[in-house]
Amino acid sequence: MSKMHIKFTLNGQEVEGLAEPRMLLIHFLRETLKVTGPHIGCETSHCGACTVDVDGKSVKSCTLFACQADGAEITTVEGLVNSDGTLGVLQEMFREHHGLQCGFCTPGMITRAHRLLQENPTPTEEEVRFGISGNLCRCTGYQNIVKAILAAAGQLNSHKEAAE
Amino acid sequence: MKDEVQSPEERSAGLKGMGCSRKRVEDVRFTQGKGNYVDDIKLDGMLTGDFVRSPYAHARIKSIDTEAALAVPGVLAVLTAKDLEPLGLHWMPTLAGDKQMVLADGKVLFQGQEVAYVVATDRYAAADGVAAVEVDYEDLPVVTDPFKAMDPDAPVLREDLAGQTEGAHGPRRHHNHIFTWEQGDRAATEAVLAEADVVAEEMVYYHRTHPMPLETCGCVASMDKVTGKLTLWGTFQAPHAVRTVASLISGIAEHNIRVISPDIGGGFGNKVGVYPGYVCSIVASIVTGKPVKWVESRMDNLMSTAFARDYWMQGKIAATKEGKITGLWCHTTADHGGFDACADPTKFPAGFMNICTGSYDIPVAYLAVDGVYTNKAPGGVAYRCSFRVTEAAYFIERMIEVLAIKLNMDAAELRRINFIRKDQFPYQSALGWEYDSGDYHTAWEKALNAVGYDALRREQAARLEAFKRGETRKLIGIGLTHFTEIVGAGPVKNCDILGLGMFDSCEIRIHPTGSAIARLGTISQGQGHATTFAQIIASEIGIPADDITLEEGDTDTAPYGLGTYGSRSTPVAGAATAMAARKIRAKAQMIAAYLLEVHDDDVEFDVDRFVVKGAPERFKTMKEIAFASYNQAIPGVEPGLEAVSYYDPPNMTYPFGAYICVMEIDVDTGEHEVRSFYALDDCGTRINPMIIEGQVHGGATEGYAIAMGQEIAYDDMGNHKTATLMDFFVPTAWETPHYTTDFTVTPSPHHPIGAKGVGESPNVGSVPCFSNAVHDAFRPFGLVQSHMPHDHWRIWKIAEDLGLHG
Amino acid sequence: MIPAGFEYHRPADLASAVGILRAHGDEARVVAGGHSLIPMMKLRMAELGHLIDLQAIGELKGIEIDEGRVTLGAMTTQHELIAHEGLARAIPLLREAALQIADPQVRYMGTVGGNVANGDPGNDMPGLMQCLDARFELYGAEGTRQVAAREFYEAAYFTARADDEILTRILLPIPPAGTGYAYAKQKRKIGDYATAAAAVLIGEGLSSVAMTNLSDTPVWSEEAGTALAGGDIEGCVEAMLAAIDPQEDMRGPIAFKRHVAAVILRRAIDSALSRRA
Repeated sequence: MSKMHIKFTLNGQEVEGLAEPRMLLIHFLRETLKVTGPHIGCETSHCGACTVDVDGKSVKSCTLFACQADGAEITTVEGLVNSDGTLGVLQEMFREHHGLQCGFCTPGMITRAHRLLQENPTPTEEEVRFGISGNLCRCTGYQNIVKAILAAAGQLNSHKEAAE
Repeated sequence: MKDEVQSPEERSAGLKGMGCSRKRVEDVRFTQGKGNYVDDIKLDGMLTGDFVRSPYAHARIKSIDTEAALAVPGVLAVLTAKDLEPLGLHWMPTLAGDKQMVLADGKVLFQGQEVAYVVATDRYAAADGVAAVEVDYEDLPVVTDPFKAMDPDAPVLREDLAGQTEGAHGPRRHHNHIFTWEQGDRAATEAVLAEADVVAEEMVYYHRTHPMPLETCGCVASMDKVTGKLTLWGTFQAPHAVRTVASLISGIAEHNIRVISPDIGGGFGNKVGVYPGYVCSIVASIVTGKPVKWVESRMDNLMSTAFARDYWMQGKIAATKEGKITGLWCHTTADHGGFDACADPTKFPAGFMNICTGSYDIPVAYLAVDGVYTNKAPGGVAYRCSFRVTEAAYFIERMIEVLAIKLNMDAAELRRINFIRKDQFPYQSALGWEYDSGDYHTAWEKALNAVGYDALRREQAARLEAFKRGETRKLIGIGLTHFTEIVGAGPVKNCDILGLGMFDSCEIRIHPTGSAIARLGTISQGQGHATTFAQIIASEIGIPADDITLEEGDTDTAPYGLGTYGSRSTPVAGAATAMAARKIRAKAQMIAAYLLEVHDDDVEFDVDRFVVKGAPERFKTMKEIAFASYNQAIPGVEPGLEAVSYYDPPNMTYPFGAYICVMEIDVDTGEHEVRSFYALDDCGTRINPMIIEGQVHGGATEGYAIAMGQEIAYDDMGNHKTATLMDFFVPTAWETPHYTTDFTVTPSPHHPIGAKGVGESPNVGSVPCFSNAVHDAFRPFGLVQSHMPHDHWRIWKIAEDLGLHG
Repeated sequence: MIPAGFEYHRPADLASAVGILRAHGDEARVVAGGHSLIPMMKLRMAELGHLIDLQAIGELKGIEIDEGRVTLGAMTTQHELIAHEGLARAIPLLREAALQIADPQVRYMGTVGGNVANGDPGNDMPGLMQCLDARFELYGAEGTRQVAAREFYEAAYFTARADDEILTRILLPIPPAGTGYAYAKQKRKIGDYATAAAAVLIGEGLSSVAMTNLSDTPVWSEEAGTALAGGDIEGCVEAMLAAIDPQEDMRGPIAFKRHVAAVILRRAIDSALSRRA
């Protein structure tokens, strides 16, 4: 099968590469572009470890071909650090509230939480739990992940208020 | 100096030592996607391996045709048992004294078994190659029931063992029998049972499940033909043991093998064993001269690597009319699948199942375990547990409930009158263990008070009446558990794996400027070792935890140790860390005394310095001492400041806990809601409360999954029915309960810092707690025992069988 | 979990898509959100030579609410459907059901058109569309035709859609104001298919009941609706139980599913009645 030329914006940078049409986005990111933040946990679109942000949507990149993402705007967990290289608010809150253990689900979880807070800046605990229900974690029992996301929402909102 | 005005308390807080909720140092990498897991490794020219797996549970292999696969673009080689046989690698030893096929040798014994290994330029080509391999199977009769496997005319599974009446653990009495393991006093126990006021008898089944870490198993093998060195990266919970095993089975000298466990995405026991993928990748790298990566898919993982549990436990418990337990009897039928690939200490073929007397003072007991082969995947690993402790805890905590029913007693009271008393420790159990310390009554009262136990029982009774009046279809169940674990394997005198004593190790080097590096024989899979072990060192020698680098997992640099599983890291490697630190402190004392021009005995340790006794203004800080160790010629003292400790623990540790769950159950749909879950853990000295709480949250959630829906299921043909996350239940944040955590502190008397380990307690304790809640809801209607998992339809079936659907 | 190779197409309009579909016959499949098809391709249970991605076709997008009628472009995602306030006012049953489908990530990608066209008995939208008496618009070489949702499903994965047709739009009558509605679903966890699910509408001159994952097609029962219209809830349940044909799977045995079907249906009816104005 001949390869296709694929081009998209990744974490603010134009990237491109060659891929067979059947190459899944997760493999294109991890193996062709060497962006290894998103992980592979189940391959059947249940676990969410491969979650990336595609055109403002949280997407399981194991269930999308790279060619389908041609022309898209993609953000991975690597793109959520601050411009000065320090941890972004969500990342910092995951650390502060012990929202991770083995760290394998974390990139997908944070990327999903990022989109959740974009859409709902003041979620309730129940909304957070529902909002991250496409991401599995085997270590934390989610308690501190939820805490971290709520804390991040609080911080982001107070930053916003301060700015206004 | 700022230092001068700081109080000892302030100086101590600055160290971030033991007892504080230090934030994890690992998280800066993980939160920005900069972890380094095995599948992140990419080497020049690296190839990918993938398996052809058996669609049959039991079949003879008539032929394997690799021609079409070899013609697939990108496919370089296809390995079969025939290729491995000349190397003696078509079979490999298991950790349990059995042997296991690396690639199917003439037949297959479970669905998903490895049949051929395709090596290709990338995973896409490898998958195409796998699809192109043609295997001709002749199916054989399948046995998936361990009791039927022991029928005289049951199919012979292990033809390679024909005529072998002696196994690794004694006589085999049937062609599908693996071992019988007996503990305790059978005659005395049977005598007690015969004369007891009350005997409760029940079959308790702990179903087959799977650890399912979010990262599957995998490795990268790289044989450097120039240097003759093999480097093996992989998801190994015991990298040193893997190196030794790899050397023994491959014949490569051990110094020419370097095993590296990079970041590991959860283990839970799944990553203790050695799998065919590792062996095939090593062979493929030797054959091709290139690095070879193998990472299993989730389906591969659920179908072939290391299941857990699958214990059928027949129990009898004897008691007086008043409820004092007088004896315990247990016969377990253990389903090991096609090969006995349990990961237990050698002398314990059923792990520590003989902790099944639990938290109770039971004068006499007897345990027998029969291991059996079936056409299922091999394994039987300690899934977040210390070698069958989960099974043992589930067994005794169910038997207590069953006895309470028989005695018509409250199960909390029955526990209370049978607990080992505080003054009985160290306590010799009837099945041979010496419990180090405990205070069960205090923990139990604290737990019952915290949840308002009496009020809960009144609410439950009122709900029952409402149910009987037809006003509700929901019952309340109150689940109780008091568990005692046995962790920290273990003393070399009785604990080894493949002859390797289960000590562990720590090496600490203090740098001239007073910062340090520590290396351990363990490997974190999310437990936060880099954070907590530095805290131990900080408290022991007064160097800030933030100034200590911690390394694990590289066998070329780390001291030898047996790895991380069975809650052994804190009890064993944590002890080694404290002991190594104390060696450094002892040397630092000599240096300090020399610098202060006093006798060694005239200085004492004070948080981060040595001070002259009675003259606190005269001191040398650890920073000063460190520098002095590198630049002063001190008579009788070698330069440098480093130490290593290989710690052989004198005993296991015995963490315990009291858990209480309140559950609402819909009798019509089988749905449930966990209204509250209270977990009190006593893990001895607490190193990092934040991490302990995180461990409890995670373990309880795994326990919730196991009790309420998770299973590895097969049909009668041996087809695996739960090979994806659609059917293998892993709860999301939505289903997961909320937890309340609590603690008491009963230090271990034999551990240098009194710590006992906690990672597995919540899995051990929560499963019986959730299960007991389900049983408790239906107790008024006569339910005695119903097997897990308590998913919707099985709960519905309980209600249906009890006539609650009208 | 690696799919076999294929050629990728991203046509910009319907006519080109159908052209490619006709050119390649059985070899070609269209993909919308891909969350049913791509997993099957990864398992190599669906092997195809040509994948036609519908994402660039503007004609398949959009939610229109006119007098008495809603039109959903087939490529409307579950997420868009949930987020649309006008739609939630017009047919609140849609949002209630869509929130119970899969998980957030899947709802961003999963489309209404894909959900109804695939013919998977586990999908929630087909039963829902039968309850709402939707019509599906199909576009093929011969032009456009409409098929009623209640006549669309033949067997598992077999529908009235011809291989060279594309489901383009879903047309839904807006139920009269004050119509009671409910979608009730029992499942093992988020992301699971239904053990049993029921869609119920009850209002002025309108009474409709459909159930999901209890047969090899969605089950809409006229008898059940008639009974419900007459206030005979148990008659409605009985009629539905006569119409379903559940199979045993990991969710449970047949007797359990039949029991749960009745309970879930009663729950949905109670909820719908409580919302009826």
